[in-house]
Amino acid sequence: MSSDSITWPTAQTLASPFTDRVHEWVTTVDHKRLGIMYIVYALFFLVIGGIEATVMRIQLIRPHSDFVSPQVFNRMFTMHGTTMIFFVAMPVLFGFANYLIPLMIGARDMAFPRLNAFSFWLMAFGGLLLYFSFIGGDGLYGAGSAPDVGWFAYAPLTARTFSPGHSTDYWTLGLLVSGFGSIGTAINIIATILCMRCRGMSLGRMPLFAWLNLVMAGMVVLAVSPLTAAQVMLLVDRYLGGHFFDTQAGGSAVIWMHFFWIFGHPEVYVLVIPAFAFVSEIIPVFSRKAIFGYPVMVAATVCIGFIGMSVWAHHMFTVGMNSNANTFFVLSTMAISVPTGIKIFNWLATMWGGKIDFKTPMLFCVAFLFQFLIAGLTGIMLSAAPFDWQLGNSYFVVAHFHYVIVGGILFALFGAFYYWFPKISGYMCNETLGKLHFWLFLIGFHLTFDFMHIPGLLGMPRRIYTYEPGRGWEIWNLLATIGVLFQAAGVLVFVGNLVWSYFRGKYAGRDPWDAWTLEWSTSSPPPAYNFAVIPTVRSRRPLWDLKHPDDPDWKYE
Amino acid sequence: MNVIPMTLPQPELKWELPSRGRVGMLSLIAAESAIFTIFVVAYLFYIGKSLTGPMPSEVLRAPVLYTICLLSSSVTIHLAARALRQGSITIFGTLWFVTLALGATFLFGTAKEWHHLIYDEGLTISTNLFGTTYYSLVGLHAFHVAVGLLGLFAVLAFTLFGKVRREHAERVDVLSLYWHFVDSVWVVVFTVVYVIGR
Repeated sequence: MSSDSITWPTAQTLASPFTDRVHEWVTTVDHKRLGIMYIVYALFFLVIGGIEATVMRIQLIRPHSDFVSPQVFNRMFTMHGTTMIFFVAMPVLFGFANYLIPLMIGARDMAFPRLNAFSFWLMAFGGLLLYFSFIGGDGLYGAGSAPDVGWFAYAPLTARTFSPGHSTDYWTLGLLVSGFGSIGTAINIIATILCMRCRGMSLGRMPLFAWLNLVMAGMVVLAVSPLTAAQVMLLVDRYLGGHFFDTQAGGSAVIWMHFFWIFGHPEVYVLVIPAFAFVSEIIPVFSRKAIFGYPVMVAATVCIGFIGMSVWAHHMFTVGMNSNANTFFVLSTMAISVPTGIKIFNWLATMWGGKIDFKTPMLFCVAFLFQFLIAGLTGIMLSAAPFDWQLGNSYFVVAHFHYVIVGGILFALFGAFYYWFPKISGYMCNETLGKLHFWLFLIGFHLTFDFMHIPGLLGMPRRIYTYEPGRGWEIWNLLATIGVLFQAAGVLVFVGNLVWSYFRGKYAGRDPWDAWTLEWSTSSPPPAYNFAVIPTVRSRRPLWDLKHPDDPDWKYE
Repeated sequence: MNVIPMTLPQPELKWELPSRGRVGMLSLIAAESAIFTIFVVAYLFYIGKSLTGPMPSEVLRAPVLYTICLLSSSVTIHLAARALRQGSITIFGTLWFVTLALGATFLFGTAKEWHHLIYDEGLTISTNLFGTTYYSLVGLHAFHVAVGLLGLFAVLAFTLFGKVRREHAERVDVLSLYWHFVDSVWVVVFTVVYVIGR
């Protein structure tokens, strides 16, 4: 099946039988369709992961709650973390990269369309494998059970002795399979960006979105592979009687921590760099200015990529490393705030003096700036080893990384949805519903995660299923759970907005935001072949050049 | 379709991009290198930490002959790819077959070594830490050799059926990149297992 035969669901294809349409989607190798499948798949798992988080928050709403058992609570935090990282954040970011990169660099598809489809299905079935553990976790022994070893699955919890049955195996295999998918997609993104650019699109003229995703893909290649290796070792331990993480036979539990975090910390940057990419595209358009300091932005991103690979053991200060290792990881972790700070100032400088239009995408990006800054500041606090010894594994840490992932990445992602939905669907999102979503989610986010820092400072450890009254934790936990209501309402409005806009939205046209990158030069939704004529560009803002032939960018770059 | 033709006039622009096959293969090699690095680190970390025997110094003998086979296959595949670029299919096919044979010999060597270790020395993957790390690292490499051999065999089959022509030189180059990678990993594995670890 070649990609030429695929057409968009126009009136004609909608009339074709349902099974034909399903067949077209299942067998597709078109980057736009795969991108949409990634995104829809991630939204589905976002709802599941959100339900798991809600179960935990209901359990913690008051002391001595018995809403769920300790065992179920353990499964909930394990599945919530694993789902949100591997089956929500990764696929949704890959989805946007898949959809947008070929359009932005003026290509007709990714470099390896069939590898693209293969990677998507690997990731999809990896997710199913993980969730099958609810049914098959205990094998034939009766009631099912999901993994309960935590999302970083420290040894020796994962040893056969402490984790009988198959729940840990489903966790390992699910991550292994989806990891192969991630590596495949990353290779595809690198090859697409380096080899498929249209004429004139030199590296220095690529949209920042492509640059940042190139760095992200490079990090996936170097960071997900160690996780794959560690998962293989775990399988050897569990199935072949190996001793990698078996302390009884001289193995080391700490080496699993190293291997996991060599993946785990770069993973944070794998997730946040695409969020930077969204913000770097949205802020200039809604400030009506070109991005400030393009070369510095690229350099800062590459810097983050390099430093991000060498900070992993700041997750392990409480393990007890020697003082040289502690010093190194404190300094490298603090150093990474320099390029990150450069980026924040560049976005601010882009907005400075601009004609700012606070449409929904821009609102989310502005909130991103503030929240990501605060997340970075608590990050610097935790990077100081003595401070971390006090607060490691407390709710302060939980609040910190949710500030990064929800306050930073998810807000940028919502901005991206509102910004590119018109391109993907052809219809505008409803602005009023969008603003309602923004405010509900903003209030909910701050209720939950601002107040979550405080019980952490008061000594509440993470992953406890209940707590004693009278420690001063009750009110903060109550407020955090109330925040979930607002967030859930916000997400409902968001989903409702997408559905409503798809069926009733105003027609978007080719270029609703008066933007400057190539994806806005083709129709919405783009045809299967993307561009009737492969474009040629002369500057970083080809559509600006086209709209302003008297004052084109290439005269100044 | 309402698509603006985005063609801005641009005087004599030379436009050459790297081949996607090469870039894709090099990225794959980067990912594989990261996987091997983790296994090598685990091997180095666990040297001398086994609680029971057999120890590497008692049972391991460096497979020098088979190593020479594998390393020389890098030379033959290089010459084969060059022959194809020059269009001499017969020389290409012969050298390609020699490469395949050398690779298969190496894999046979690994099998023989494992047979000896398992049946004569009683070392399996679950015996001690040495067994666990040894079989995983050498096994991971042997797995890559096996995958490479499958690729080599496919090309050989196409050659025998007369389907390989000069214009396929670039694709053969991409496959030979992978084979060179498998060979250079063996240099690292050999050093770690048979020189440092013994």
